[in-house]
Amino acid sequence: MDLLDIARWQFGITTVYHFLMVPLTIGLAVLVAGMQTAWYRTGKQRYLKMTKFWGKLLLINFAMGVVTGLVQEFQFGMAWSSYSRFVGDVFGAPLAMEGLLAFFVESTFLGLWIFGWDRLSKGVHLACAWAFSLATVLSAYFILAANSWMQHPVGIELVAGRPRLTSIWAVLSNNTVLAAFPHTVFGCFAVAGSFLIGIAAWQIARHHRKSDPDDEDRRAWHASIRLGAWVAVIAFAGLAVSGDVQGKLMFQQQPMKMASAEALCHSEAPASFSIFAIGDVRRPDCESVKSFTVPYILSYLAEGDFHSEVRGVTALIPEYQAKYGTNYPDDPRLGVFAGQPINYVPNLPVTYWGFRFMIGFGALAALGAVVVLWLTRKRKFPEGRAWVPLAVLSIALPFLGNVAGWVFTEMGRQPFVVVPNPTPSGVDGVWMYTASAVSAGVHPGEMLTSVIALTALYGVLAVVEVFLIVRYVRGGFAGVMPPTPPEGEQESDEALSFAY
Amino acid sequence: MDLPTFWFCVIALLWLGYLFLEGFDFGVGMLLPVLGRRNEERRVLINTIGPVWDGNEVWLIVAGGATFAAFPGWYASLFSTAYLPFLVLLLALIGRGVAFEYRGKVDTARWRRTWDTVIVLASWISPLIVGLVLSASVFGLPLDAHGDRVGGWWTIFTLPNVIGALAVCGFSLLHGAVFLALKTEGEIRDGARRFALRAGVPLLLPVIALVFIAQFREGETWTWVPLMIALVAALAGLARLYRWRDGQAFALQGVALAGVAVTLFGALWPNVIPSTLDPAWSLSIANTASSPYTLTVMTWVAAFGTPAVLIYQGWTYWVFRKRIGTKHIPPAHVPSTLS
Repeated sequence: MDLLDIARWQFGITTVYHFLMVPLTIGLAVLVAGMQTAWYRTGKQRYLKMTKFWGKLLLINFAMGVVTGLVQEFQFGMAWSSYSRFVGDVFGAPLAMEGLLAFFVESTFLGLWIFGWDRLSKGVHLACAWAFSLATVLSAYFILAANSWMQHPVGIELVAGRPRLTSIWAVLSNNTVLAAFPHTVFGCFAVAGSFLIGIAAWQIARHHRKSDPDDEDRRAWHASIRLGAWVAVIAFAGLAVSGDVQGKLMFQQQPMKMASAEALCHSEAPASFSIFAIGDVRRPDCESVKSFTVPYILSYLAEGDFHSEVRGVTALIPEYQAKYGTNYPDDPRLGVFAGQPINYVPNLPVTYWGFRFMIGFGALAALGAVVVLWLTRKRKFPEGRAWVPLAVLSIALPFLGNVAGWVFTEMGRQPFVVVPNPTPSGVDGVWMYTASAVSAGVHPGEMLTSVIALTALYGVLAVVEVFLIVRYVRGGFAGVMPPTPPEGEQESDEALSFAY
Repeated sequence: MDLPTFWFCVIALLWLGYLFLEGFDFGVGMLLPVLGRRNEERRVLINTIGPVWDGNEVWLIVAGGATFAAFPGWYASLFSTAYLPFLVLLLALIGRGVAFEYRGKVDTARWRRTWDTVIVLASWISPLIVGLVLSASVFGLPLDAHGDRVGGWWTIFTLPNVIGALAVCGFSLLHGAVFLALKTEGEIRDGARRFALRAGVPLLLPVIALVFIAQFREGETWTWVPLMIALVAALAGLARLYRWRDGQAFALQGVALAGVAVTLFGALWPNVIPSTLDPAWSLSIANTASSPYTLTVMTWVAAFGTPAVLIYQGWTYWVFRKRIGTKHIPPAHVPSTLS
């Protein structure tokens, strides 16, 4: 493996891992703020229990999200310094805005929320929960604006071979981010919804199925599972709509990515959508592939009508070669890639199956949520046992869908790190090959050390996080609600509430 | 002042904020085994920084992000050249952040001991690395014409950079002790104060060495002023601590740190990283700054963002302003294994 391969593996591992924590944090933060609002408005004990319990799981997960996010910010400079120099004028701005306008709010108000239970008035404390949770959403917006600019560079002019920012507004209102942001946020809520369903189902089956329906704990779990199911169903509807918008944009902006998502070899009119394929989708000539397709649908996904032509991989390759060259520049800083021919086709099995897994896992989770809504209607809880393990396992589905979606969208833009966009809204002529983005001065041994160290540490921390979450799930409400001392013995004005 | 110079000052200010704020929470972490023999004592120490350490750490993230936006070449060269030190810093900060959050989540001595070890080690390692890379930016790195490092990963370990590492570490330790004297009561407060008074001058020696090296190698005439202010403030701080004026001592530490930062960044100006191979390859404010438009955008963002940050972070410190001690610590409450 050369430097580029190691750097790409590192980026893939650290980013996918980070993005296991992020969607749960974002989705759960908003839901917990909502639960606390319900408690604030109604004063009902069950909403306080829900706030404390789900809030604790949120904190366990948030810590991991923050520390793995540090790596994200640092590795642009560490591993991708040529990229950072090339795009810094544009890409650094949304990143710095995320820190200054969103992440400061997130971490400060989270501290106030954790420690402020007894120090702050109820209203101010609730406001801290909302400040924290809305800032996590704002964070996502800035980061996606930065990522979307790499997928579709806008708001720039080329000066001395480098992009120079001409409109920050264009970057922040890039149609790519306007589509990616709702899609990603709905993905976060899908994760949080399934998380609530799986854990609440287990609790009800374990302790509360036979208890009195008016029992506070049972009511709290029942409210949790219903909330989770509604959130998951609505999130999936949002994912479908926003995904369709995003797909149509991608057909314009990155036709090769979408042709690869379909493993569409030759242009078709009308084009059929492939449900799944048997055979080796790796070969761009498609000789051995049997694909099960639905006619007309791909044309609709691409253009919004049922008869348009969709260009296939073999038709696109010469277009890309004509525009962006057939060979890498003969620059020694490109290492083994200097002067080599450019392969414009991304890894087809990854893009093809990534796209299918993303949709498939999301749809399965949504189907499960609909079933749960039916089963738990009218405060009921079903007798059958088999569905509880299924509900617990289904927690994984939206996580897998998220991972597949990101792997698809990031691998699908190769060999580019900044993708050229020949559309009217994009600035044609701005692009960067992944091969020329990596830090030329870093030794492969250093890079390999960091991959091994980070992967090992992430592995250990994954075990710890899951262990703690399982422990707190088993502990239920009792584990997060300290017994209140009898009236009179409560110390009135103590220094602060202790969380650690 | 032109925009690039203004942003050079902003970056200096962000590092100053970071060292001042996370400096004391590193120090508290380092002092964990010294001042916290029993678990309740350790919980007091950790709870003094509990509500704020995460917000403090964001200053580092914003310093990095702002450097990326305002001086991409500085960010790219410093982070890639100091690749392994930054990796170690990341590993330490990951472990430390998780440890604070997870330490109290299981009620066994072994669990707590493990995470305490992580907190202590990470709190020592992190300021060492921060000092190392900041000094490297001031004293220069072996950069070629592209801004990439020539030579291996060890080229960063020069004597001035190592002194810089010790300086930030020593300052953090002293700063943490003064912070604890300000934030706690009872035995812990006495212990922290005694520690700061005894170890204060030795801990400041690397800082003094660092500023004099910087002054004699790169300094200007005017940088003598902040250097002297730093020295006087540091010693006056210890004197105030001796008179039990913890708050004034803590504030004077801040003045001393500001003096050191102004001296170092003054010595660095107009470069951002000198090349030790050829002055022509040095990275300067002029040749690494982003375009005027980007800097203007960032100035507006900072103009609205920074006061807001200062206000709500200041409010956090106000909310949790009271001194704490072991008598405030409630019994641990975690889910039991049997449920």
